[in-house]
Amino acid sequence: MSEPIPAITPVARERVTSGGEIRERSKWQRLRILWLDKKAVVGLLVLLVMAVCALFAPQIAPYDPNKQTPVVLEPPSPAHLLGTDDLGRDLFSRIVYGSRVSLFVGISTVFVAAVVGIVLGLLSGYYGGWLDALIMRYIDLQWAFPNFIIAVYLVAVFGTGLGNVMVAVSLAFLDDFARIVRAMVLSLREQDFVMAARAMGASNFHIQRRHLLPNTVAPVIVQATVSVSYAILAEAGLSFLGLGVKPTTPTWGLILSDARTFFSRAWWLAVFPGLAIMITVLSINFVGDSLRDMLDVHETLIGK
Amino acid sequence: MTRYLVYRVLHALLVIWLVVTLVFFMLRAVPGDPFAAMLADVDPEAAEELRAKWGYDQPAYVQYYKWMINLVHGDLGNSVYGSNVPVTRILAEAFPRTMSLAFLAFSIALTISITAGIISAVKRRSFMDHAVTVIAFLGLSMPDFWVGILLIIVFAVRLGWLPAIGYKPMSEGFWAWFSHLILPAVAAGTPFAAIITRMTRSSMLEVLQTEYIKVARAKGLSEQRVIMVHAFKNALIPVVTVMGIAFALLMAGTVIVENVFAIKGLGRVLIQGILNRDYPVVQGAIMIVSVLFVFSNLVVDVLYTMIDPRIRFVEEQ
Repeated sequence: MSEPIPAITPVARERVTSGGEIRERSKWQRLRILWLDKKAVVGLLVLLVMAVCALFAPQIAPYDPNKQTPVVLEPPSPAHLLGTDDLGRDLFSRIVYGSRVSLFVGISTVFVAAVVGIVLGLLSGYYGGWLDALIMRYIDLQWAFPNFIIAVYLVAVFGTGLGNVMVAVSLAFLDDFARIVRAMVLSLREQDFVMAARAMGASNFHIQRRHLLPNTVAPVIVQATVSVSYAILAEAGLSFLGLGVKPTTPTWGLILSDARTFFSRAWWLAVFPGLAIMITVLSINFVGDSLRDMLDVHETLIGK
Repeated sequence: MTRYLVYRVLHALLVIWLVVTLVFFMLRAVPGDPFAAMLADVDPEAAEELRAKWGYDQPAYVQYYKWMINLVHGDLGNSVYGSNVPVTRILAEAFPRTMSLAFLAFSIALTISITAGIISAVKRRSFMDHAVTVIAFLGLSMPDFWVGILLIIVFAVRLGWLPAIGYKPMSEGFWAWFSHLILPAVAAGTPFAAIITRMTRSSMLEVLQTEYIKVARAKGLSEQRVIMVHAFKNALIPVVTVMGIAFALLMAGTVIVENVFAIKGLGRVLIQGILNRDYPVVQGAIMIVSVLFVFSNLVVDVLYTMIDPRIRFVEEQ
């Protein structure tokens, strides 16, 4: 609506060398770009640690995240690395377990959003006509609002709870993917290799799957990375507002929300869960920036 | 221009109508209503009675028709909770709070980010530049509600300089208004400032390398004039492009930040309505929030066409 449709040029896979010859970057050259970018390496390492924490939470967390003890509101100490909360639960263990929900929700919702968005964008761009008009009117409607607000609207409709939050976030993020894929398909559709395939009698499905989709991969990967960081922020925000998970499941947003009354006495309850969110999002953004260079996606994609 | 404006306003109204209608019917299609949440487990009969009293036992399209008729008369129904306050009164009280917050957040964030972006570009690779870049990156990664919490801990709890929560209208004095809003405004404006800083910096860097800047310098113009008049004015165009997205993020930030600082603005009204499943309040709040977003988009688009004369509206051609 407010934004012009991003005019994404077909991915420029080639680089013009000094001699004016056009050469495609090899897979290794691409990986080298990622490796040379120190931010991206740090980001990847942090994300790796996070993933290990999420997968092996029971082994890593020193305490049961929901076990209440008499040791309440204790500042960080060797026994409780990040202190305890008002019910005597170990904050470090809760944050480790919280990484499960945050990462799982962030990645799975964006996966669903990407799949649905790609299909909508592909159908819309390829067939045009009334189907395009119908899909794009809906996408435009969503585009008028930031993803977070769409998610809040959808939670308003579906009701609260983790399942509903995940559905809401998935739906809220699909418009970004649909727009990118549609714009790319519109320009690819008229290109010689698609014409040639059609002339040779390839079916629509074959053209979509073999010729169009592979060419949309690079911008979709970059958008997905950006989206995961925004989806994690959205989940944290919704949980913080009390719209998300049941109080027993530790998530970063909910730990912050629970701790609200104790901030004046227990700074650690406010600082560490937020740090966990920030470090995760920052790492994803680092990797995303580097992926953009690596895959030559020139558009500045900012999640709304 | 007039034709374009009329077209855009009509389109904006259409978008708002669509959102409100979709929300209205989806709310009723999904199982559960305010009375089920309040009473169903305890007393299904009383819930049924209340449903009939509020007209929720009628088919959705009848309810919609009545709602639209009332809407035209400026009546959004009453909250189904507590003392059944009219929704219009709730929204009328909340609206200036959200607008104050958004306005202050916007002013502060814009001033800081444009300044930081220009300095960062002009003093490229200096300590300042690196500091600005790092802070902008952090600003994009910090949840705004967490920024709010940290600000409360530092400035309200530790230092005791500013009040932690609440809102005071301008009529109680500028300082009362300002001191209650400055922390939430900074929190809500953080992502906006981060985006605009980054965009200003990269746009300025690009412009500073162009030929006409070299010419302006060669003419012997003062550096200040070169940067502010020749470079900055042209660097502004891409900045305005992202302004729409950045401002939308700022408005989304106010929704959540209001809840941190217990400011009973539109965001807090909306969230409370959702938690209570208070349909009339949710519908009213979503309508007003949508109006804010759709019309701020419109303002940005019109601004854009005014700043860059190369952009002409399709309708006029």
